[in-house]
Amino acid sequence: MLDALSYLQLQQYWWLIMSIVGSFLVFLLFVQGGQTLIGVLGKTENEKNMVINSIGRKWEFTFTTLVLFAAGMFASFPLFYSTSFGGAYFAWKIFLICFVLQAVSFEYRRKKGNLLGQKTFEAFLYMNGFLGTFLLGAVVATFFTGSEFVRDVYNLSTWQTNWYGIEILFNFTNVSLGIAILFLARTLGALYILNNVNYDIIKERARKQVLYNALPFLVFFLYFITKIFLMDGYAVNPETKEIYMQSYKYFNNYLEIPLALIFFLSGVVLVLLGIGLAWFKKSDKGIWFSGVGTILTVLSIFFILGYNNTSFYPSSADIQSSLTIENASSSRYTLTAMSYISLFVPVVLVYIYFTWRAIDKGKVTKDDVNESNDHHVY
Amino acid sequence: MIDFIDLSLVNWSRGQFAMTAMIHWLFIPLTIGMTYVIAYAQTIHVRTGDPEWEKLAKFWSKLFGINFAIGVGTGIILGLEFGTNWSNYSWISGDVFGAPLAAEGIMAFFLESTFVAVMFFGWGKVNKKFHLVSIYLVAFGATLSALWILIANAWMNYPIGMVFNPDTARHEMIDFWALVFSPFAVNKFLHTITSGFVIGSFFIISVSSWYLLKKRNYLLAKRSIIISAAFGLLSTLFIVATGDGSAYNVAQHQPAKLAAMEGLYDGVESAGLVTVGMITPGKKVGDDKPSFIFRHEIPYALSFLGYRDIHAFVPGANDLVYGNEKYNIESAISKIEKGKIALAAFAKYKEAGKNGDETLKQEALAEFNEFQKYMGYGHFDKPEMIMPNIPFIFYSFRIMVVAGLFLILSAGLLFYLAMKDKLSNKWFLHMGIWSFPIAMIASMTGWIVAEVGRQPWTIQDLLPTIKSASNINSSAVILTFWMFLAILTVLVIAEVSIMLHAIRKGPDNKEGGSNA
Ligand code: HDD
Ligand code: HEM
Ligand code: HEM
Repeated sequence: MLDALSYLQLQQYWWLIMSIVGSFLVFLLFVQGGQTLIGVLGKTENEKNMVINSIGRKWEFTFTTLVLFAAGMFASFPLFYSTSFGGAYFAWKIFLICFVLQAVSFEYRRKKGNLLGQKTFEAFLYMNGFLGTFLLGAVVATFFTGSEFVRDVYNLSTWQTNWYGIEILFNFTNVSLGIAILFLARTLGALYILNNVNYDIIKERARKQVLYNALPFLVFFLYFITKIFLMDGYAVNPETKEIYMQSYKYFNNYLEIPLALIFFLSGVVLVLLGIGLAWFKKSDKGIWFSGVGTILTVLSIFFILGYNNTSFYPSSADIQSSLTIENASSSRYTLTAMSYISLFVPVVLVYIYFTWRAIDKGKVTKDDVNESNDHHVY
Repeated sequence: MIDFIDLSLVNWSRGQFAMTAMIHWLFIPLTIGMTYVIAYAQTIHVRTGDPEWEKLAKFWSKLFGINFAIGVGTGIILGLEFGTNWSNYSWISGDVFGAPLAAEGIMAFFLESTFVAVMFFGWGKVNKKFHLVSIYLVAFGATLSALWILIANAWMNYPIGMVFNPDTARHEMIDFWALVFSPFAVNKFLHTITSGFVIGSFFIISVSSWYLLKKRNYLLAKRSIIISAAFGLLSTLFIVATGDGSAYNVAQHQPAKLAAMEGLYDGVESAGLVTVGMITPGKKVGDDKPSFIFRHEIPYALSFLGYRDIHAFVPGANDLVYGNEKYNIESAISKIEKGKIALAAFAKYKEAGKNGDETLKQEALAEFNEFQKYMGYGHFDKPEMIMPNIPFIFYSFRIMVVAGLFLILSAGLLFYLAMKDKLSNKWFLHMGIWSFPIAMIASMTGWIVAEVGRQPWTIQDLLPTIKSASNINSSAVILTFWMFLAILTVLVIAEVSIMLHAIRKGPDNKEGGSNA
């Protein structure tokens, strides 16, 4: 059945899958955002524990989605995987360290004999929250601004600076998306906790944080979006496959891919709606609107990067080395085989939905985090 | 390809991979093995309603949770390390190698991380049957994730199901099922997954033996020993059988690894299997020192195990490096020459492609195709480079086998004593305690045999390790090596310390305090 798809259709299908995984990942960064708010939302030990237990029950999903994003890119666009990870080496390694530390911190934080003490593990959570989101945003921005690599005739790539990814931070457009993602994560984190914790003082604080973080998010996001709408983009000549600079490329992509435009506009509206509901209507349901809005917006950004003859991982060092969904993808056979495997994704979504419902039946309360309680707590 | 080889880069990359993989493997077998024991105990509870069984399941799942977190954390390092440190490998093999990793993400990791949440937070909250099913699903998820990663690893040892595409300069998959059902994959999966069962069981045996030695938590410890010693005994017997399968596969397709495992420098017919022996220090391939200072061997056993024929010829390192006409073994010298021809033709092909010279391109391609299967050898300058480190692998292999035999004895004895309710002898309890580290050592040395024995290849006979690393400065790899070593060492110590605290406190919350 899937064998009937053309090679290009398979490449587009896999770009779609990776776009979906990527956009869920950005939404799930609410865990990271929540981590940066532990001290702001929880003033007493008990309050802090409630916040941590609320987001702590979800950290594995964000983590596993991240792992899936990397593995999926490896399988479907291996040239991206080898070029980016092997070149922006330091950026990715620092990113990794943030996540290794996160993985143990929830579990070990309050355990006897944890060697480093509760404060240190909480510091790890902050580090993961701030640095992890920021770096991810900055790296994604290079999909527009370009990276310093050269690819030889054997498709093996070499990074052209000895900064190995740190240079990403020397570009303000990259930094601005990093900051935007950080504040987006914090906004979503506050919205999530507002919905998930049943404790009025925390809810009041979370409501304020929604607004305080939404404002800087909007400023930096608007800056970034304006910037990429105005700049020249990396376009591909569909006949010769040559890469060239085209003015207003990304803006035009929105106009030429109506679905992307619809997603973008409705996504932005939904994000704002969620924030507005939390703030003006005192509603707890904002996370659903802002969450869906985030997913739609990020999807649209992936669409304009991968589709419509665009290079999704451009090289600023040697423009012809740039990667497109056509030259970076796996073989037709592999993409087909992988497409069959991708049919499992709906199954995964269904069981995640049902187990979340089972676990989240009760909101997190004061009693849930009591240490002498016999249940598993973070 | 890029001709300058930076050995320091390659060696530090190997060191970084080895260090992080070894640390991941400290925790993975416990995850795999313990879940089954926990699930079994909880099944008894659901069937009989006996609260003591639930207490038992709950206690072990607390220890499981401590272990699980760091297993996940160390896994992501490896997942990205193929890209960061082995980016050339990732391109050259990615079309084949990436697929099982993605399958693992979709099919296994989500299963585990979703149901582990039910397992942790579901006690007394969700329906009992649903909770029990969740524990089984965690066990199943761990097993599936082992399956996919081991398929990937088996392919590196026995690459099949793909062709080399000179235009993209990579191996491309043509048969997914060949990868999944390759004899290497099937056997490696069975052997490795059972090693997880063995280690998980002995961990529980070890902690329980300690309780008995301290005369506490008698019922829990005894019951734990019964179920895990039974499980451990079956698994250890099975591991010996699949270990034989592993060795057979190695003999068929990785003769250099087999020669190293057996310390075999000169090939012989009707080869015996060395049980104990000491390789002459300083012995090198091609010199005329005697191979062993002393050895004891079982006659014919190696020929039989490797080829199912007691008279079969087993090639040694010298035969593989310098060739052996009588047995029709081509020397590495000649393979290297052919490999260099292939690489030159490949370069010519690319050059002609760039200049648009179609005839030259076809000519070069024909030449390349003729010698393509030797391409990997073209990167070596000395034939001796095709052999892995012989003594290291020889001793590692023996340690694993001896440990395996010891574990059969230990599991059998403890099971018998527990059934007879005679678990009071101090010596036997000490044996129970020490069985766990011994099982751990067995599996680590197993990986050394498998991975170091594959050297100098990343993909057996096709891609040498020296060509696989990323094109970066070795200083970047050295710096991150120390960073990861420092961070992981601290986390491992923290894990062990939390574990010991939780074990000392035991299931009863006797000393009060938090429910670590
Ligand atoms: C508790 C763990 C444990 C025990 C008791 C054994 N093994 Fe093992 N062995 C492993 C754990 C392991 C492992 C960690 O699972 C390895 C490493 C890589 C792999 O595929 O399995 C392995 C690899 C491995 C290999 C290398 C396979 C390859 O190169 O692909 C061979 C030949 C054997 N084993 C043979 C044996 C024999 C003959 C044993 C017993 C008498 C034995 N093992 C006991
Ligand atoms: C070098 C190769 C390996 C890589 C790249 C790798 C990758 C990973 C990753 C990314 C995770 C975290 C998944 C999550 O988000 O939950 C993980 C966990 C896990 N891995 Fe590995 N892994 C490797 C070796 C192995 C081996 C050899 C086995 C088993 C035979 C194994 C079994 C598991 C299991 C059972 C988990 C679940 C988490 C846990 O037990 O704590 N892995 N691995
Ligand atoms: C978890 C248990 C594992 C351990 C302890 C382990 C150990 C090692 C060691 C010691 C090396 C260095 C070999 C040398 O340089 O001499 C190595 C290399 C490597 N291993 Fe493994 N390994 C494990 C699992 C895996 C798995 C499951 C895969 C693949 C799916 C894998 C893929 C690799 C790769 C790509 C390298 C680097 C290239 C090479 O040296 O050939 N390893 N590993």
